[in-house]
Amino acid sequence: MSTAEKYVTGAYLVLLGSLLLYLLIIALKVGRLEQELADVTRAAREKHGG
Amino acid sequence: MSSLSRGLPFAAFALLAGGFALAFYWAPEDADQGFSQKIFYLHVPIALTAYACFGWGAWKALRLLWTGERRYDLESYTAIHMGVIFGLLTLVTGSIWAKISWGEWWTWGERQLVLFLILFLFYSSYFMLRYSTESGPRRERNSAVYALFGVVLIPVSFLAVRIAGTILHPTIFTHEGADLPWQMLVSFLVCLAGMLSLAGTLYRVELTGKRIDASLRELRELLA
Amino acid sequence: MSAYAGDVAALARKDLLLEVRSRDTLPAMLLFVVSALTIFHFALPAGSSERAETGLLWIAIVFTALLGLTRAFAPEREEGVLDGLVLAPCDRSAIWLGKTIGMTAFLVLAEIVALPAFALFFHPLSWELVAAVALADIGIASIGTLLAAIAAASRARELLLPLLFLPLAIPVVIGGVGASIASNPGSFLGFLVLYDGVFAILSWASFEYVVTE
Repeated sequence: MSTAEKYVTGAYLVLLGSLLLYLLIIALKVGRLEQELADVTRAAREKHGG
Repeated sequence: MSSLSRGLPFAAFALLAGGFALAFYWAPEDADQGFSQKIFYLHVPIALTAYACFGWGAWKALRLLWTGERRYDLESYTAIHMGVIFGLLTLVTGSIWAKISWGEWWTWGERQLVLFLILFLFYSSYFMLRYSTESGPRRERNSAVYALFGVVLIPVSFLAVRIAGTILHPTIFTHEGADLPWQMLVSFLVCLAGMLSLAGTLYRVELTGKRIDASLRELRELLA
Repeated sequence: MSAYAGDVAALARKDLLLEVRSRDTLPAMLLFVVSALTIFHFALPAGSSERAETGLLWIAIVFTALLGLTRAFAPEREEGVLDGLVLAPCDRSAIWLGKTIGMTAFLVLAEIVALPAFALFFHPLSWELVAAVALADIGIASIGTLLAAIAAASRARELLLPLLFLPLAIPVVIGGVGASIASNPGSFLGFLVLYDGVFAILSWASFEYVVTE
């Protein structure tokens, strides 16, 4: 692979890497939201007598 | 979710995959720059998408100030968030392109890079503004006004960097070659459409996440 | 229309009178700018070009302006009268205009000392530089007043104001330095006029949104 090819591939990999990183962040966020939703649901059940 | 937003992820996938395929397998290689020109199909769509995000954020900011509807704040914030992400990607891909083209990771002669640096600084300050102000109508209005300043700064900075080139930092570097062969233009437009769709998809995802966050917080307070 | 002008004049006069009486801001700006110019002399190695010195003058101007801007709403804050001002029966944009005129006056007064000091320490000035400084003052005061109001709502206003201000100040520095050293100062001065016009209008129109509770 020539130098130019290496850099070009690198640039496109930056995009791919960023998207994967973003995906990871969103996955963590969804996990957190799921947890919070469970908490809030429990609190609502307790408040209204189960 | 409107049917338009439903289609966005599919459009993003198809257009980006198709666009990159066209760029590598169909579009001719540039006579002057050779293979390294292929970064053009990545870097410029990302840059234009960043501008579009900032513009979208400014539009939502204007709507907020106009109507006072609180939902526009989250929409404006998310759009600008996307803009900063794409702006950062612009700087990184632009830097790689500069490295192949001229051997330097950074050059003040590349106008697009300098412009994005200024905008990146500006919109990073936008985030500082949001983080250091208590949430509420005041923060929403202040953010909206600052977002409007940002979108006005884009053409002003563009002009400034352009005239600066004449004496301060000679713009001897430029990527603009001769007229673009039509195959390159078509491939580029497909990539651009794909990148915009990608930004739209990410925007929707991010916005939904933020809205759910806000709703959960509100529910929590109601149940406390 | 004349009521508006009257409000603006009253507000500007108030700020200037307050400063004459309390003498908080302007002496600090004067001392700061002369100290900065002195430091610049030591920061520049021997044989530095006049162009480099001119560049540093513009840095001094921007940071002196920042110093003054952090005090833009200080009198109102200290006396707790900002709400009263906002509730006053005048167009809120008149507050902006009055403040901006006052701030421009402060900047001009600071430069009446700074520019001769620069000429004394470094090299003589050109009229283009003076014109550029005057134009820059208007732009800096315009956006600075608005940004000071935005920063006032935050928890860390002294930190936030420079962050909000500096990216917007970059075109001003480009225009100012360009006008001072280029062979075609006209286009740079013209650019500064454009900058002032665009951002003054934007600041004037958006001020009411940032100052209401």
